[in-house]
Amino acid sequence: MSSAYILKKLKKLPGGLLVEEKRHYLVPEHVLIRKEKVDELMNELGINKSALPKITKLDPAIKPLKADKGDVVKIIRDSLTAGQSTYYRRVI
Amino acid sequence: MIMKKIGGIEFTILGPELIRKMSAVELKTPETYDKDGFPMEGGLMDSHLGVINPGIRCKTCGQTMRDCPGHFGHLELERPVIHSEFGRRIEILLMNSCKECGELLLSDEQIKKYEEEAHHKPKDLSKKIILKTRPVKKCPHCNATTGKVQLDKPTNFYYNKERIYPTQIREWIEKIPEVQLKLLGYDTNRVRPEWFVTTVLQVPPITIRPSISLEGGIKSEDDLTHKLVDIVRINNRLKDNIEAGAPQLIIEDLWDLLQYHITTYFDNNTAGVPPAKHRSGRPLRTIIQRLKGKKGRFRYNLTGKRVNHAARSTVVPDPYIDISELGVPEEAAKELTVPEFVTEWNLVTVKKQIKESDKPVYIIRPNGSRRKVSEDNREEIIAEIDVGYRIERNLQDGDIVLFNRQPSLHRMSMMAHTARIMPGKVFRINPIVCPPYNADFDGDEMNCHVPQTEEGKAEAKRLMLTRDQIISPRFGAPVIAPAEDGVSGLFALTLPQTEFDKTQTMQILFDMGISELPKPDRGKKYSGRLIFSQILPKDLSLEFESYTGKMLKSLDIENKLGENVVIENGILKSGVIDSNAVSVGKGKLVDKIAREYPSTTIEEFYRGVNRITSYILTHSGMTASLEEYKTSDEIKKLKKKTINDAFEKGKVLVEAYKKGTMEIIPGRTLEQSFEQYMVRLSFETKSKIEKEVTKEKLDYIIRDKPVMNTMAMIMAKSRGSTVNLMNIAGFWGQASVREGRPKKGFTGRLITTNTVGDVGLEAGGFIENNFLDGLTAKEYFYHSMGGRQGEVDTGVSTKVSGYLYRRLSNALKDLVASPDSTVRTASNALIQYSYGEDGVFPKNTKNGISVNVKEEYEDMKKNKLI
Repeated sequence: MSSAYILKKLKKLPGGLLVEEKRHYLVPEHVLIRKEKVDELMNELGINKSALPKITKLDPAIKPLKADKGDVVKIIRDSLTAGQSTYYRRVI
Repeated sequence: MIMKKIGGIEFTILGPELIRKMSAVELKTPETYDKDGFPMEGGLMDSHLGVINPGIRCKTCGQTMRDCPGHFGHLELERPVIHSEFGRRIEILLMNSCKECGELLLSDEQIKKYEEEAHHKPKDLSKKIILKTRPVKKCPHCNATTGKVQLDKPTNFYYNKERIYPTQIREWIEKIPEVQLKLLGYDTNRVRPEWFVTTVLQVPPITIRPSISLEGGIKSEDDLTHKLVDIVRINNRLKDNIEAGAPQLIIEDLWDLLQYHITTYFDNNTAGVPPAKHRSGRPLRTIIQRLKGKKGRFRYNLTGKRVNHAARSTVVPDPYIDISELGVPEEAAKELTVPEFVTEWNLVTVKKQIKESDKPVYIIRPNGSRRKVSEDNREEIIAEIDVGYRIERNLQDGDIVLFNRQPSLHRMSMMAHTARIMPGKVFRINPIVCPPYNADFDGDEMNCHVPQTEEGKAEAKRLMLTRDQIISPRFGAPVIAPAEDGVSGLFALTLPQTEFDKTQTMQILFDMGISELPKPDRGKKYSGRLIFSQILPKDLSLEFESYTGKMLKSLDIENKLGENVVIENGILKSGVIDSNAVSVGKGKLVDKIAREYPSTTIEEFYRGVNRITSYILTHSGMTASLEEYKTSDEIKKLKKKTINDAFEKGKVLVEAYKKGTMEIIPGRTLEQSFEQYMVRLSFETKSKIEKEVTKEKLDYIIRDKPVMNTMAMIMAKSRGSTVNLMNIAGFWGQASVREGRPKKGFTGRLITTNTVGDVGLEAGGFIENNFLDGLTAKEYFYHSMGGRQGEVDTGVSTKVSGYLYRRLSNALKDLVASPDSTVRTASNALIQYSYGEDGVFPKNTKNGISVNVKEEYEDMKKNKLI
C-alpha cells in the first residue's frame, strides 16, 4: 500500500538512479542529537543520562543516522493522547 | 538496623564434597526412633539434624527449637545413581565425547574454532556440536570406534544397545577435558558434570520434614522421611549383598531399586516411572511436588499470604445506609479487634467500657505484655489500667474498615467504609457502590479488613473512602452511581406528570431527612421535580441533553417532558433525570456534584436518591402486563406488509445471485456479497418496524397518566433497550451465528425440512414472529443456534479477556508516575517522559478529554470574566 509510506527524500542508487526513500507510517521519525548537545538536553529534561532508555546502534531506524555510542536520538511519534510526543533514547 | 544488600544470586549444583562438608551427620540406619521413642543415632531423625520438639537442644548448634535452623545430613551411596533431573544433560555429554579417551568427537581445528567462540566465558554450544559429532564414526583423537548412546528416560543409558551403569558413566564423564567442557557450557570452577551422577545424597534437616505425634503416642512421619527410609534401607541391603559377594544379578536389581527410590525422592511424577505410593495408596509428595504448581510452595505460600483481622461473608443490599458505610454483622464485629491507646482523655470512657460490656477483650501493658479480660479479673484490670496502656477492643460503629471484592482489577476494588454493626450474618452495602466492586447479590462474598495502626486508619480514611472514589481514575467519569432501579426510580419521580399530595410529600421529605416543606408548585400538590430538587445543592446550575430527550427527538415525537435537563440554583426546571444524569460512565449531574462539591455532598445526594427511589418504587412500583406488549392493528398490518416486501426482495436477490447478475461488493466474493445483502435486507426490515413499535409503546410514558412498564426502563436507559421491545412486540428478524446467517447444519440446508440449496430468507434463519406470538418450531431452532453461540461467546470472552487483563496489569503494576511526571519502574528506570505522553491524569479529565474549550468559554462568559 503506497499510502502506508511517507515521502521522505531522494536517494541515489549505486547506478546513479534517483529514487524516493520512503518511511513506513508505523516507523516514527528518528532525529540524531550529537554527544555535544546531550548534556544540554539532559539539563532540560532534568534527568541523568544513564536513566535514558536505550536503543542499539544496529536498529534499522538508527542505522541510516550513522549514530555513535552515547549519542541520543529523538523519536517523534504520533500519540493518541498528546497528538505528537517526543521520546529520547541513548544509542548503545 | 543492619542493612545488607544482595549482590547477586548464583544457582549451581551441589557437589559431593560440599554435601559432606555441609553435613552434620552421616546416616547409617533406616530406623527413626528406638523402642523408647528416642531418635536413633545415625538415623533419619538424628538430633544432629535439628530440633522439632520444644525444650530440647540441638546437638549440632546447641540452640532450641525457636533458633535452630536445622542442619543437613548426608548418606554415602554404596553405588552411584543417575540424578533423574540431569538425564538429558548426561546424554549430551556422552553423545559428544569418546568413550575411550573422553575427548569431544571433533577435530582439533573444529575444537579451536569453538574455543574462540567461547573465548571469554563458557558457552553452551552443544546444539551446534551435536550436528558435527553425530556422523563421526571414529574418534579423531584416539581412533576408537564410536558407539551409539541411548537414553531410556529418565535414568537408563545404553551404549551400542548394551546397558551402561552409573559407575561407568561417571568414569566416562570424568575423562572429558576441562577446556572442552567449557564448550558445552560448563564452568568447571563451579560445576563438574560428573556430579550429575549422585554418589552422596544430601539429607534435609528434620525441620522441613517434621514428624507429627498423634494421640496415643503414635508418630506419623513426613512423606520425605518415608522416602528417605526406603533409600537408606535399600542402600544398606546393597552394602550387605556386596560385602557378602552376592551374584551380580542381585546387586544390579538392588541398584535399580535404589535408583528408583532416589528418582521418586526428587520427583514422584517422573515420566516413565510409577509414582511411589504411601501404604494407603496415596502417592507421596516428594521434593518437586512440594514446590511445583498451584498448591506448591511458590504459588500457595509465597505469593499467596493470609492475613489476620479480616472477615468474609455474603453481601446484601441496604439502601438505608450511606455509600461510605458498611453493615458489619455482629458476629464478625465480635471477632475483629481495633487497638486503641488509653490516654488521659479517654481513660474514663475506656474504664467504663470495660466495666459495662464484654467488649474489650485484651489489654496491652506499656511493656508489651497482653492480658485477656474475663469475669474474674475485670475489677482488677479496671483498677490497673492507666494512660499508656492499649486496649484491643471490638469493632464498633464508626471504625474505618477496608472492603474488597475479588477479582481486584482496579483500585476501586478495595475501598474504605465506616463500619456500622448490624444484626445478622451478612455484610450490607449500599447498592450504589456495586459498580466499582462489580458486585451483585446473587451470593457474592466480600472481604473486610480492619486497619490496625493509626497510619493505616488515617490513610484509609483520607485516601480510600468510598465517597472520594466517585470519579474513576480510569476514564474520568463516575463509577459510583445508581444503576437499574435507582435510575428508573429517579425517572419515575422526575416525569412532569408525577405529583404528590402534602402527606406523601412530607413522608418522602422525612425519609430523606429534610425538615423544611417547600411551597407547593402544582396548586395544592407537589411535583416530583420539586421533591427531587430538595436533594440538589442549593447553588447548582447545569444544563444537558437527557437520554429521553434525545430518544424522542430521533423518533420525531413531540417532547412534552422537556428536552434538556435544566437545573437552576438547585431547582430542576425541566427535563427528566435518566441515565444521562445519573449513571456509571455518563451521569453528568453526578459528575458535577462529585467534582465541584466536597465529597460529603455527593454522599448526601445519594442518601436522598436512595430514600426517594425506595419510596417511589415501593409505593407505585413498576410492572408489566402482557396486554401492554400487544401491538395495534396498523402495526400488525405494516409488519405483515414489510415482511412480505422483504421476502419479495429476498427472492429477487436469490435470483440475481443464482444467475450471477448480482452486484458484487468490492473485496468480497459473490457468496459473501449475497450473504451481506441478505443480512442487510433483514436489518432494514427490522429497523422499519422497530421505529413504529417504539413510537407506539412510548405513549405509555408520555400520556397524562403514565403507565410504568418496561418502557420506563427503556426510556431511562436503566435496563433493556428497544431491541428487547422489538423481540417481544415486533419480530425477531435474522438469527445470526458468527456475524452472519447460520450456515452449518445439513448439506446445503439448515434443517431437513428445507429444500437443499434454498438460500432464501426463510431457509437462512429469518424469524418473522415475536416472543409474544410465539416462534414456530423451525424459527425456534434457528433462534437456538444464535443463542448457543451467545452462550459460548460469553464464557470464552470472559475467560480470555480476564487472563489478558491479568497479564497486562501484572506487567504494569510496579510503574509509578513520579513527581516530575515521568513514569518509572520500581528500579527507577525511565518508561515515559511524561505520564501517558500528555501528562494528564484521567481522573481529572471529563471522559478522557482534559480541556473542553467550549465549556470553559461558556463558563467564563457566564462568570463575566470575558
